[in-house]
Amino acid sequence: MDKVIAEKKKITRSNLITFAMVIIAYIVVEIMINTGNVSSLFKGLLVPLCIYSILAVSLNLVVGISGELSLGHAGFMCIGAFASSTWSMIMKSTSMPEGLRFFIAIVIGAVTAAFFGFLIGIPVLRLKGDYLAIVTLAFGEIIKNLVNALYFGIDANGPHFSLEDSMHLNMDGGTIIIKGAQGITGTPKNSNFTIGVVLLLIVLFIVLNLINSRTGRAVMAIRDNRIAAESVGLNATKFKLLAFTISAAIAGVGGVLYAHNLSSLQALPKNFGYNQSIMILVFVVMGGIGNIRGSVVAAVVLTVLPELLRGLSDYRMLIYAVVLILMMLCTSAPSWIQYRERIMMSLGKNKKVNGKESN
Amino acid sequence: MKKILSVLLAGTMAATLAACGSSSTGSTSAATTAAAGETSANSGSASSDLTWKIGSQGPLTGGAALYGEAVVNGAKVAVDEINEAGGINGYKIEFKTADDEHDQEKAVNAYNSLKDWGMQVLVGPTTSSPTMAVASEAVNDNMFMITPSGSAVDCTATANAYRVCFSDPAQGTKSAQYIGQHKLATKVAVLYDSSDVYSSGIYEAFAKEAANQGIEIVDTEQFTADSKTDFSTQLQKMQAAGAELAFLPFYYTEAALVLTQANTMGFKPIFFGVDGMDGILGLDNFDTSLAEGLMLLTPFAADATDDATVNFVTRYKDAFGSTPIQFAADAYDAVYIVKKAAEAANLTPDKSVDEIGTALEEQLKTLSYDGITGAGMTWNEGGDVDKEPKAVVIKDGAYVSAE
Amino acid sequence: MMSFISYLLNGLSLGSVYAIIALGYTMVYGIAKMLNFAHGDILMVGGYAAFIALNSLGLPVPVSVLVSMVVCTLLGITIEKVAYKPLRKANSLSVLITAIGVSYLLQNLAQLIFTANPKSFSSFVGIEPIKLAGGQLTVSGETVVTIFTCVIIVAGLVTFINKTKAGQAMLAVSEDKGAATLMGVDVNGTISLTFAIGSALAAIGGILLCSAYPTLTPTTGAMPGIKAFVAAVLGGIGSIPGAFIGGIILGVLENLAKAYISSKLSDAIVFSVLIIVLLVKPTGILGKKIMEKV
Repeated sequence: MDKVIAEKKKITRSNLITFAMVIIAYIVVEIMINTGNVSSLFKGLLVPLCIYSILAVSLNLVVGISGELSLGHAGFMCIGAFASSTWSMIMKSTSMPEGLRFFIAIVIGAVTAAFFGFLIGIPVLRLKGDYLAIVTLAFGEIIKNLVNALYFGIDANGPHFSLEDSMHLNMDGGTIIIKGAQGITGTPKNSNFTIGVVLLLIVLFIVLNLINSRTGRAVMAIRDNRIAAESVGLNATKFKLLAFTISAAIAGVGGVLYAHNLSSLQALPKNFGYNQSIMILVFVVMGGIGNIRGSVVAAVVLTVLPELLRGLSDYRMLIYAVVLILMMLCTSAPSWIQYRERIMMSLGKNKKVNGKESN
Repeated sequence: MKKILSVLLAGTMAATLAACGSSSTGSTSAATTAAAGETSANSGSASSDLTWKIGSQGPLTGGAALYGEAVVNGAKVAVDEINEAGGINGYKIEFKTADDEHDQEKAVNAYNSLKDWGMQVLVGPTTSSPTMAVASEAVNDNMFMITPSGSAVDCTATANAYRVCFSDPAQGTKSAQYIGQHKLATKVAVLYDSSDVYSSGIYEAFAKEAANQGIEIVDTEQFTADSKTDFSTQLQKMQAAGAELAFLPFYYTEAALVLTQANTMGFKPIFFGVDGMDGILGLDNFDTSLAEGLMLLTPFAADATDDATVNFVTRYKDAFGSTPIQFAADAYDAVYIVKKAAEAANLTPDKSVDEIGTALEEQLKTLSYDGITGAGMTWNEGGDVDKEPKAVVIKDGAYVSAE
Repeated sequence: MMSFISYLLNGLSLGSVYAIIALGYTMVYGIAKMLNFAHGDILMVGGYAAFIALNSLGLPVPVSVLVSMVVCTLLGITIEKVAYKPLRKANSLSVLITAIGVSYLLQNLAQLIFTANPKSFSSFVGIEPIKLAGGQLTVSGETVVTIFTCVIIVAGLVTFINKTKAGQAMLAVSEDKGAATLMGVDVNGTISLTFAIGSALAAIGGILLCSAYPTLTPTTGAMPGIKAFVAAVLGGIGSIPGAFIGGIILGVLENLAKAYISSKLSDAIVFSVLIIVLLVKPTGILGKKIMEKV
């Protein structure tokens, strides 16, 4: 019994460290901004850092906690971005207060993404491993393809949709909001660092609590051994779907922040394609699968890194690729880890880091 | 014990982050000046310490790197030329480029990094989506920006943003008018990139104007960034629809494939392209006979014989070993437009970004500029350029005026 | 009807290219249980190697093909040794990430060496287009050669795996590495051999891709790589005939979707079919059933 309590205490402490880390980082950055020694580049990176941290946490819920490989997370981000941006564009001309409008935009982004996550999750979660990965990748690409083909406008007669071009909308005046590949332009810039950090904290709160709840333990039990979990009466599909839907909703929130941080929104392969999904996966793997705090740290490090390498001009992405490979080898290759430990030992820092075999 | 390991890992990462953070914030000025020294195109040390700081950005890595490279190279040719001739109002230019990977968010990062370097004028960005994103940031600083090639309508939506190239609707409309007025064909088929801002923007304007010009669009086909290798099926449908002219509003990289595949299947309508088609003759190892008879509306032709173009093309080839495409020419003009406007306003680089922006914007209202991408360029209130496109046709592997 | 056959042929041609690339994917997956995301980029390197051999060095076509295959083989083996082998016992996702790193590395290296300007690839196939049915139907030489090459490669690979010792070793390693080691199979050697064959196939795929669709850029391999990955999964990843069938189906489907439904939404249609197939047959068309253990 004591053991259980001790374990619980440890978890609480670990969670508190995570929150403290984010809050301290926020305070430090705010102080730095107010004392004026922050570069424009760094200031511009603050919201993206929150966005990618949120996305990494969201994907870690699926990959780490639920144990499913998803390569379509950028698709949910895309849905969140476009749904919320459409809302903001419609309401921009009304007298609704900006704060309320943005709050509703966040809710809309999260709910729409969750809805699609749920719809996609029902068939997809029957699959396993790499097959699940490819189907999620396929859904991500379908979403991107459809968004690129979508035309949406509003006039006095209500909304008009078309998958052809803006002429097919048959608009009677009014405004065209989504213009196919040309996307949405003029989304109000409501995202800022404070909102980003608050959302990140909320997301962390939800995810960390979920993991340490009855539901979270059920999800992890299913991950570790589905048959055993089912035999004790856990409904595997239900719990997996729950995790997947929550994760999609969080990714949608990331999308909302993204859309309201840049005034122009287009679904390019770079921002909503499989490349982005893979990038988020890189954050998760680099930060440690199942390690929520690690996801945040890795997202921050790997988003800042290419910007720091700008001085290298032409060699920037090349060095980035090399660093990526080396980091992966350093943190995961057994032979490299051994080598690293030997160095640590010889330096006299004889900590029993890996004294016991992990299980 | 995984946990301890992961905590340690997080710790080391946090440490690196802290290091990163401090280096990107604390010692910003030192780091950026060092970087500027490495990449600036400053030929020879300036006579005085005061220099103009002009930045340029575009995709320098990834699939669209071709266009970004052209823009920064074209701008660099102009900068070097101006510096050799004594600079702008007696002050040399320092030039720095940043990679935006053809992504809105990275474009804003690239812009911010240039700003940290001390950029006063931006000749960029290269592509439309990044231009829109950067313009809405740059307007807050009133940073004067002139994009060589960001052609979507909203690229110049803000007061500080101008462009050298045509806007997408202008190109689409002008193409339809040209085809209609010269009675090139009545049955037209269109193939465009439906995932691309530039291509779909031109298509829409073209389709709207076509009806007014007595052009019947018999078939509209699309492709996307994810499937742009095989065009044979689209071409077959266009052929089956009886198209006399095929309108191809996209870049020459894909056009080269389209022309090759059309040739294989024996589909030989008039091919009509837009300014993105320029460069097809300079494609390494391309069989130019495939492009025989191809018409395009472009403001720039690399084999034009006027002195200005010849000078630019020679210098570009000497420096970079390839024939410049229209993007490079636009960027070259953009730098000279900045020069002319700055001279007219008698500006000096000791002014603030805001002052320079206001002065240049004022100048652009009345400025008229003769460049290699058009004569008598003027700008309207919205920042759009007014210039006449030249229709050229490819004969024996070279551009010939189609008039 | 003629147009239908024509669309079908376009699809077969594209599908064969996908199939050849997918074979490399599937072989590597079968044995190393990893998704080699850098496979598409090896294909790009093969394209550049062939381009240089043929156009810059002026070597004859067969020699150029050989040069390209040798370059890719060496590259494939090196990548495996340096980037993948140390991670063999680590989490399978770690290797996936390293593969992505390698993919970035190759693309950016190629851009630094060859610049981003596209190269127009001269076709390696010297056959004139064949006119059928009184000129109503044109079949390009590339189509014919691609389809034949693909069939020959599949037949060759199936024979190799079933009839030779090295092939049997591959099967053994893919079934159970531990047991294979006990039976005296050189696991490291076998994995290297698989990467060598897969990469050589990528070279051939690159040459055929660029011959049929002649523009070569540093990102040429990325999209066909992903499509081939999809094809491999569709056919049942790990299965050689599966990769062949998957590739062909994908190519044909893509072209028929463009022809009869919408050229704009063809990507979405192709991916939807993939999803439906996987829902009906969760391990692909020819995939093996996964046994669940308690």
